Amino acid sequence: MSEHAFSNKVHIDFILILLIFSLCLFGLVILYSASGQNIDLVYSQAVKLLIALLCMILVAQIPPANLNRLSFLLYFSGVILLVFVIFFGDIGKGAQRWLDLKILRFQPSELMKIAVPILLSSYLSERFLPPKFIRIILSCIFIVIPVILIAKQPDLGTALLVAVAGFSVIFIAGISWRFLLYMAIIFSSCIPIFWHFMRDYQKQRVLTFLDPESDPLGAGYHIIQSKIAIGSGGFTGKGWLNGTQSHLEFLPERSTDFIFAVLCEEFGMLGVILLLLIYLLIIIRGLYISYKAQDAFRQLLAAGITLTFFVYIIVNMGMVAGQLPVVGVPLPLVSFGGTSIVTLMIGFGILMSIHTHKRFLKR
Amino acid sequence: MKRKNKIESPFRYWFIISLFIFITFVLFARAVYIQVINADFYKEQGDMRSVRLIIDSVHRGSIMDRNGEELAISTPVESICAEPRKVLKAEKSDFIALAKTLDISEQKLYSRLSKNIKRNFLYLDRHARMDRVKKIKELSIKGVYTQSEYKRYYPSAEITAHIIGFTNIDDMGQEGIELAYDKILKGNSGKKRVLKDRKRRTVRDIESVTPSRPGTDIYLSIDKRIQYLAHREISTAVKKYGAKAGSLVMLDVKTGEVIAMVGQPSFNPNNRRGMDISTIRNRNVTDSYEPGSTMKVFTIAAGLESEIFTPLTIIDTSPGTFRVGDKSIKDHRNYGSIDLTTIITKSSNIGASKIALALKPKYFYDVLTRFGFGQTTSSGYPGEQAGVLRFYDKWSEQDIAALSFGYGIQITPLKLAQAYSVIANDGIKLPVSFIKTDKSYKGERVISENIARQIRTMLENVVSSGTARKAAIEGYRVLGKTGTTLKYNFEDGEYHDDRYRSLFVGIVPAVNPRFVTVVVVDEPEKSLGYYGGDVAAPIFSRVMEGALRILDVPPDNLNGFNNSIIANVEIEQGLEEY
Repeated sequence: MSEHAFSNKVHIDFILILLIFSLCLFGLVILYSASGQNIDLVYSQAVKLLIALLCMILVAQIPPANLNRLSFLLYFSGVILLVFVIFFGDIGKGAQRWLDLKILRFQPSELMKIAVPILLSSYLSERFLPPKFIRIILSCIFIVIPVILIAKQPDLGTALLVAVAGFSVIFIAGISWRFLLYMAIIFSSCIPIFWHFMRDYQKQRVLTFLDPESDPLGAGYHIIQSKIAIGSGGFTGKGWLNGTQSHLEFLPERSTDFIFAVLCEEFGMLGVILLLLIYLLIIIRGLYISYKAQDAFRQLLAAGITLTFFVYIIVNMGMVAGQLPVVGVPLPLVSFGGTSIVTLMIGFGILMSIHTHKRFLKR
Repeated sequence: MKRKNKIESPFRYWFIISLFIFITFVLFARAVYIQVINADFYKEQGDMRSVRLIIDSVHRGSIMDRNGEELAISTPVESICAEPRKVLKAEKSDFIALAKTLDISEQKLYSRLSKNIKRNFLYLDRHARMDRVKKIKELSIKGVYTQSEYKRYYPSAEITAHIIGFTNIDDMGQEGIELAYDKILKGNSGKKRVLKDRKRRTVRDIESVTPSRPGTDIYLSIDKRIQYLAHREISTAVKKYGAKAGSLVMLDVKTGEVIAMVGQPSFNPNNRRGMDISTIRNRNVTDSYEPGSTMKVFTIAAGLESEIFTPLTIIDTSPGTFRVGDKSIKDHRNYGSIDLTTIITKSSNIGASKIALALKPKYFYDVLTRFGFGQTTSSGYPGEQAGVLRFYDKWSEQDIAALSFGYGIQITPLKLAQAYSVIANDGIKLPVSFIKTDKSYKGERVISENIARQIRTMLENVVSSGTARKAAIEGYRVLGKTGTTLKYNFEDGEYHDDRYRSLFVGIVPAVNPRFVTVVVVDEPEKSLGYYGGDVAAPIFSRVMEGALRILDVPPDNLNGFNNSIIANVEIEQGLEEY
């Protein structure tokens, strides 16, 4: 048990960090090819990953109890920042998401991916589980406020992930299946209303998703190209650096959101299996941490974070494979891009904190 | 359900894990569907987007003269092309810049693009100027790109325009040598499979489907220096005499090679915009003329070969007119009783007629056919005319008489040159070649060596004391025969009485002849002179004087230069009248 003792001392879960390392490494390999062998880009991604890992280790040092105490503060400052963004945010790629803090540019919506599950875990764990109806309704309101603010930016992908992070906490807290069914019915009956409030390009995305061949050179281009890239990989793939669709610039966003297609094209199904296996192991580890956690707050938080990660993967893959509409969700720890990496790593840091602080608290 | 402050049932965890596995399984099934079951479809789709079969264009072979001087070369150029649909979607500023670069109005560009919107490819500017190409590349507008091609350039322009011909914008031979040797010059533009990216840039060659072979260079038999000289003299003469047209062809009698071939009016093959289509005609091969008195050589040859006549046979041509059927043949004046040499020297129509009439028509016909009348030279030159030689069973006595001095028969200048080279080459006919050749053809014997020599002796007299004194060249003994014909009016079926064609056929040098040159001047102004000896012969003299010097032919008449210096008052012999 000396290993455990050491793990608890430095507050790092070695199984999880091993999985994360292998995922990052695999991601960098794919990125090198996807970026057109741009070593600078890979280097920049590696630096981001290292910074994010550092953040993870730092967060892992924070005892979960502190997070519990800070939950409301985190949540409300996040909401206020979101409101700020609407008035003072920078515009990037047609949407207002960025807050320029002079030192670093920062997306408050990313903060909410962590803040919402912390708040809900804290809130729901105040009383016995499963929660009462009124608490569920209130929790839903806590979720909906930031989701609407984020969706207004507009950033559908993040809004979706924040909602998922919140609802997964409610789900794991033990919401009744019947209630879940009612929710699903209400939600689907609201679809026409959502449709009404959606922006044109968002509507277009959904329509395109339903029938990508309707405009193969315009809106359907992303999906068709990515399907072609996936399909042309076959079982063993074309080999690293040998993808044609991705390298010849037929595949859009190939180093960011659509990097999965590059993986499929070059490493084939074998590569996909390997990646999914790593992801599955991370999820299992996350859920194991949640299950073994000492109290309800930690259990709920760990499960919420793991489930968010889960949804990241599913949405990205579904999107690239043409099974879900195109919403800007990166492939976690593989896609190029800084902000989501930091958020994800902070999430893993919390998981580690939950897992390694327990014995200390027991005493 | 009992409420607790901790989750103890692992059920929901298992649910989540199963859900993940289930969803990934669904995605996986989807991937299997895409990657394995439908793999061929998507592979094909992928290839369709990236693999292209392109024409591996090769440059056309160059055309050189016999000394390797370039007469036609291919230079790389670029054309500006577009995908209309993409360009129409381009930014407004890009569109304006494009129109400005192409120097057309935006409306015009727009209508051109929208008219061709269904096409994936449209030339915006074929063989564009360098600065435009550069500008287009700098602009890098979506859907606009450049394509490498080859453009033909003719350094000698007008001077070799007729013989070389030209290619069209797609680099295919249209006229002249460019057309005749198109297959050899063109080479094989192979096909290769390449990988192209979304911007149509070729990224990698995959394989060569059909191999390419660059065009072969060809070396023509012509000599650019002499060609230039001939061009200068013919142009000058056409201007000087106010003629409609003029042409010169020079053959090497030992090899059958064409050394020079020029014609006026000509054109600039490098810029054919607004060109008069009639100037394309290479009159040396496409136009057949009545040879007039130059024909008498062949009449005499037939006479000598029949053994009815010898060079010394005396024929009575008095009183200067001779009635055949209902037509009266006239000489320039009454020459009295003269031998065959004098008939040639003075160009007596009556003498020639009497020789021809003494022959059997079939025999005369056979001799003329052997010389090649009524056939092409089989040089393979595009558009070559066979000329006209009617079959002998239709000949009346009048026809035979007319034929004997070159009416009622037509021949191209090139063919006439070949027929004269039989005389020059001791009776052997060689095939005409536009390509430089080292092979010595055996050729076919047309007349005996002896007859050829006898005729050459007569022809020397024509220049030294006959109608062609102006053909003389200092230091050389020149042989030749003049011809002056009335032009036939195709509209009313009569001969014009004031429109002439001046001809001269010369052979040089006299001993061991090397070259035959045919000069034709079409419709010189009557007031400026129209006799073959006055108009065509001097051109021959000037061109050949230069040619002999250029080709380093040793003079054969160093001590006795007498021809034109002693030219006396009795200048011109006759225009043959019919």
